[in-house]
Amino acid sequence: MIAEFALAALWLAAALAALQLIGGALGVRGGGGEALAALVRPAAVVQALLCALAFGALLLLFARTDLSVALVANNSHSAKPMLYKITGAWGNHEGSMLLWVTVMALSGGLIALVERRLPERTMLATLAAQAFVAIGFYAFLLLSSNPFTRLVPAPADGAGLNPSLQDIGQALHPPTLYTGYVGLSVAFSFAVGALVTRQVTPEFAKVMRPWVLGAWIFLTLGITAGSYWAYYELGWGGWWFWDPVENAALMPWLAATALLHSAGVLAARDALRAWTIMLGVVAFSMSMIGTFLVRSGILTSVHAFAVDPERGTFILALLAIYIGGALVLFAVRAGTVAEGERFSVLSREGALVVNNVALSAILGIVLLGTLYPLLTEAFGVRVSVGPPYFNPVGAIFFLPMLVVLAVGPLLRWRRDRLARVRGPMLVIAAAAVVALLVAWWTSGIGLLPLLGMMMAAAVAIGSFLPLRGRSLRRVPLPVWGMCLSHFGVAVALFGMAADSAFQTERLVAARVGETAQVGPWSITLAAVDPVAGPNWTALSARLQVRYDGGATRLLEPQARSFWAPPQQTTEAALLTRWNGQLYTVIGGEAPDDASGTSRWQLRLWWKPFVTFIWYGGVLIALGGASALVGRVVGDVRRRTARGRIEQRRVEGFREPAEALA
Amino acid sequence: MNTGLKPKHQRLVLVLIALVALVGAGLLAAWALRNQASYFYVPSQMAADPPQVGQPVRLGGMVETGSLATAADGITLSFIVGDGEARVPVSFSGIVPDLFVEGSGVVAEGSLGPDGTFQATDLLAKHDENYMPRELQDMSVAQARETVAETSE
Repeated sequence: MIAEFALAALWLAAALAALQLIGGALGVRGGGGEALAALVRPAAVVQALLCALAFGALLLLFARTDLSVALVANNSHSAKPMLYKITGAWGNHEGSMLLWVTVMALSGGLIALVERRLPERTMLATLAAQAFVAIGFYAFLLLSSNPFTRLVPAPADGAGLNPSLQDIGQALHPPTLYTGYVGLSVAFSFAVGALVTRQVTPEFAKVMRPWVLGAWIFLTLGITAGSYWAYYELGWGGWWFWDPVENAALMPWLAATALLHSAGVLAARDALRAWTIMLGVVAFSMSMIGTFLVRSGILTSVHAFAVDPERGTFILALLAIYIGGALVLFAVRAGTVAEGERFSVLSREGALVVNNVALSAILGIVLLGTLYPLLTEAFGVRVSVGPPYFNPVGAIFFLPMLVVLAVGPLLRWRRDRLARVRGPMLVIAAAAVVALLVAWWTSGIGLLPLLGMMMAAAVAIGSFLPLRGRSLRRVPLPVWGMCLSHFGVAVALFGMAADSAFQTERLVAARVGETAQVGPWSITLAAVDPVAGPNWTALSARLQVRYDGGATRLLEPQARSFWAPPQQTTEAALLTRWNGQLYTVIGGEAPDDASGTSRWQLRLWWKPFVTFIWYGGVLIALGGASALVGRVVGDVRRRTARGRIEQRRVEGFREPAEALA
Repeated sequence: MNTGLKPKHQRLVLVLIALVALVGAGLLAAWALRNQASYFYVPSQMAADPPQVGQPVRLGGMVETGSLATAADGITLSFIVGDGEARVPVSFSGIVPDLFVEGSGVVAEGSLGPDGTFQATDLLAKHDENYMPRELQDMSVAQARETVAETSE
């Protein structure tokens, strides 16, 4: 019953999206459509509720392990911890597409509910655009990826969930990422709405900015969490693999970061109008391309795509309609967007233009690198593209961007003089040089980590220099947010550079009682025991680890075997110190040594400051959050003040003194 | 570029700068992709037209039955990857993927050493029933059996 009910809710939501599109379109055209236009906002809100209901129903079906539903039977198992039964709901294609659509409906509903600052016509066009995109994905979900299909007869038990996904990281990371990913649909819709109604104004940028910021915060957290999940769950000791699935999340983040900064220019200075619109379109296009890459099966093989073309072709068609349509609209209307205000090269705007161009270039580089293997495979040549491409080529644009990141926030809007900022610039340069010399002196590290260390120091200092000479109590929250985010970039960069420069790795076949050294750690294999969990058995090593002769701590890495589905995973055991992480993995049994004693394969890493990568990511998101809070609080305060003043006016200036205060 | 410029000209200059940077990035990416992409080889290709020593490539094929040996250190493996026509010796230090066994498909990432041994830095094996490296997807079960039968004769 629940499944049928949820399916009906989805169909109803799709119908409401159609109503929202028609009502919005009529409202924009004007002349007779006002009755329908009045339904647009309620339609968006009810749609959000229906989708939330359908998603809730799917969670319930998974929690109960209702095996008469095909999706549950294929992806769940009754002998699974409750948490992973529920998170299994989005650990598969159909469930994650339902999550996608739900997030899209929720963000549409939210702007319909609270956003009243823009002209109503622009809002109607925005909501119509949101509905137009939603309809395509409702169609995809209902016609080719129905999560509520029944299975007759119901099997005795389910097929189980991939054990790598049975993890708390998997529980949190996809919803966070999707919220950011699909939240960008709002930016897309706002951009389309502003273009259609010719309202590319600073006011529009001010309205769009908090929504982009919200999506960007989730995207940042999602990528950070995903990176950490891959790091400890896969047992490979790496935190970024330039895997197409990772790139699919990184590309919208790059575009959203650029959009955030250009929207800032538009809001503050009424410049970069057309460019901001373009980025709004590009950001969500990257989300859709990412969805296509991940969901079409094309990543496994171009041939896998050809074997089961329905889903892939469907998303590809949606991509063509939405991205193509938006670009055509842009081409037609961009000419009517008047030029923005002028600014000098040496100005805040100038620095932000560099930021935008560099981010776009990196985006292009990542996009090309991700699509290249697909392209060559179509011509029968198989290649893979990895760090040797992405790292140096990305760095060519990333490093200059960091220079501007350190200096740009010091500059004034519109026009500035070099003499005015010479002092702080010298401080930044000094920090960079000192860091470079120290890093170079203490170790012979590679060029990229060396430059990374240098820029981390420059950006760390530069990020707080805009606060100099200001009364810290009166610095607005968004400025604190900017400083915090920029500092987060420095922290993450330092972590990346330190990890790639200083990590040490040992691979040993150890007898019980044997001690191995990795970096400052001495690690003794105390025992290897068989252990069992709810749906797995494992080999568990007991490692006694000591840092530089300090206290002994115990680590227990495991090699687990799951039986539903039958698969093995390595559970790394990590020990975190302020200055890095010890990362231990147990492999299998190695052949006996010469004397016939059994040995076990251990892989040990000492990763100095690796945790800074994720601390940095969290700081970046935290900076975004404080900026968002600052903006929303400021807006609410302005609104209530305006409301109060108007009310006083109505009451006949009875308390003029208070109204002024 | 500020004082003498009309808004229209400033826009033109900005568009030009952006275009130059983006086209530059594109050209750079295209050039780097040609040089840095690691190509996929099967053993017969590697025998006929070997990649340069040290150049990162991927080698895919079947692990020959009876060829897998572990060195005295307990962590260095050597085995032979074949495709029925040619055989390439591979050396790998590390923890092997769980489903890496003789007679099964493998994709090795690494480079060819000067002695003709492929030095693998990573091994990708069939992960489970649903997932396998994309290069192995095309090798059907029948092909695989045939290959193994030929190479183990």
